[in-house]
Amino acid sequence: MKQFATQVGMTFTAAIVELGYVFVLLFEALRWIFLGQLRHQPVRMAHVFHEAMQIGVMAVPIVAILCMAVGTMLAIQGLETLKPYGAQGQVILGIAVSVTREFAALIVGIVVAGRSGSAIAARIGTMMESQEIDALRAIGIDPVRYIVAPVLIAMVIVVPALTVLGILMGMLGGAIYSSMELNIAVLTYMERSFDVLRAWDIAQGLIKSVIFAAIIALIGVSNGFQVTGGAEGVGRATTRAVVLSVSFIVIADMIFTFFLTR
Amino acid sequence: MTQNTELQDVIQVDHLNAWYGDRQVLKDINFSVKKGEIMVIMGGSGSGKSTLLRYLLGLNTPVSGHIRLLGKDITGMSHSELHDMRKNMGVSFQGGALFGSMTVGENIQLPLREHTHLDASTMQIMARMKLEVVNLAGFENLMPSQLSGGMIKRVALARAIVMDPKILFFDEPSAGLDPVVSAELDEMILKLRDAMNMTIVVVTHELESAFKIADRITVLDRGEILICGTIDEVRNSNIERIHNLLNRKPRQDVINVDEYMQRLTGK
Repeated sequence: MKQFATQVGMTFTAAIVELGYVFVLLFEALRWIFLGQLRHQPVRMAHVFHEAMQIGVMAVPIVAILCMAVGTMLAIQGLETLKPYGAQGQVILGIAVSVTREFAALIVGIVVAGRSGSAIAARIGTMMESQEIDALRAIGIDPVRYIVAPVLIAMVIVVPALTVLGILMGMLGGAIYSSMELNIAVLTYMERSFDVLRAWDIAQGLIKSVIFAAIIALIGVSNGFQVTGGAEGVGRATTRAVVLSVSFIVIADMIFTFFLTR
Repeated sequence: MTQNTELQDVIQVDHLNAWYGDRQVLKDINFSVKKGEIMVIMGGSGSGKSTLLRYLLGLNTPVSGHIRLLGKDITGMSHSELHDMRKNMGVSFQGGALFGSMTVGENIQLPLREHTHLDASTMQIMARMKLEVVNLAGFENLMPSQLSGGMIKRVALARAIVMDPKILFFDEPSAGLDPVVSAELDEMILKLRDAMNMTIVVVTHELESAFKIADRITVLDRGEILICGTIDEVRNSNIERIHNLLNRKPRQDVINVDEYMQRLTGK
């Protein structure tokens, strides 16, 4: 019993310590982003673009395919469940709202966590192991400024952008399937979707996507910096980064949905 | 006179203590390095020499003790002061620590890009000059993954000296290299000191290389300095642990029976 209590206590303290570390990283990154110029050590735009390319542009095809699949899936389920009530036309509203508020941001979050959250953890972890992070500091380059800040900026720009793409592709997926079932043109479907959507629906999706972006970036980098124990340690950190990011994304999604829809 | 000697002490370590958790890895370390001197820090693995280097580089902040570089205490320095100090320090890490995503040339130019406002072509020329110094002319467009171990060390050395630092730190120059390449690196270190009057700290466990390049040697063992003196002083020392290190004799600790039992039973 005592051992169990000790274990619980130690796990809890470790979690608090890690949370503190993540917030220090966030604070430091923000400080470099806003004050780096004053210290003549700016966050380099070239690095931000490089990260944005890796995290965002490279993820366009997979995000497009997955969001389209989710849109189609929603259309199939929606038409099926609404058929007994003769309300198949309502599927347009259902898909438009659920994709913009929920699914696009969620799918993008999960894809980016899997693609880039893991890659960031692995990259920083490898740099820790090969002393590249030490070398950066020895040269006088703060690793937070050089690696964390560009990743954070790129994430916060690119994930919402991907979410917009996801929304459009999700609705397109729904439109293509529904157009066959409901006998309406894809263009008409899309027009009606935009009619039912309010700015607030899109804002909800985008607010969430910014939060997800920060979660992926911070969990990725913090796991990378905590790597010890060689290649195996890098592998562990990578897995942990993905699992934690996806878990926090889903939980944050639930919490935000609760507050944003009230 | 005192001021003169103080000025000459480029590195000065006073009462440095360090812990990993509750294990003390450095115990009251005191030594100094004079301008233009090559100081070799020697010791077996686990002796604390790599930890000592981390403190000298300002990568770790000591709990107690002071480290002065070029007369300035780096232990209590602000971020920007330390940033300025780093312009005078060059480091070559054990595994080279070259950035895998950059070419050799970009690696060497990185300190210039961060600390100076030179234009790109000047930086390129400076990087090429340093590559000439380490006999790797023409290699600037290769990626680190395309280099051999000896080349990586030499590129790391080129990056370390690109700012013409006053102090150069070199971690394990000969680790993992064949004798010829490591002898070349030793020559290079001597050449650098003579040509640029750098103060050089080399951390190594290679006896041969240590005796070849050192002006003075500091021998560390289990976190303590056993001796800090010239090559002859180290050779003629009658401290047993130094003898063991020099003659490659395994440690023969006298076992304390009570402690031994305690360790085994965990009580």
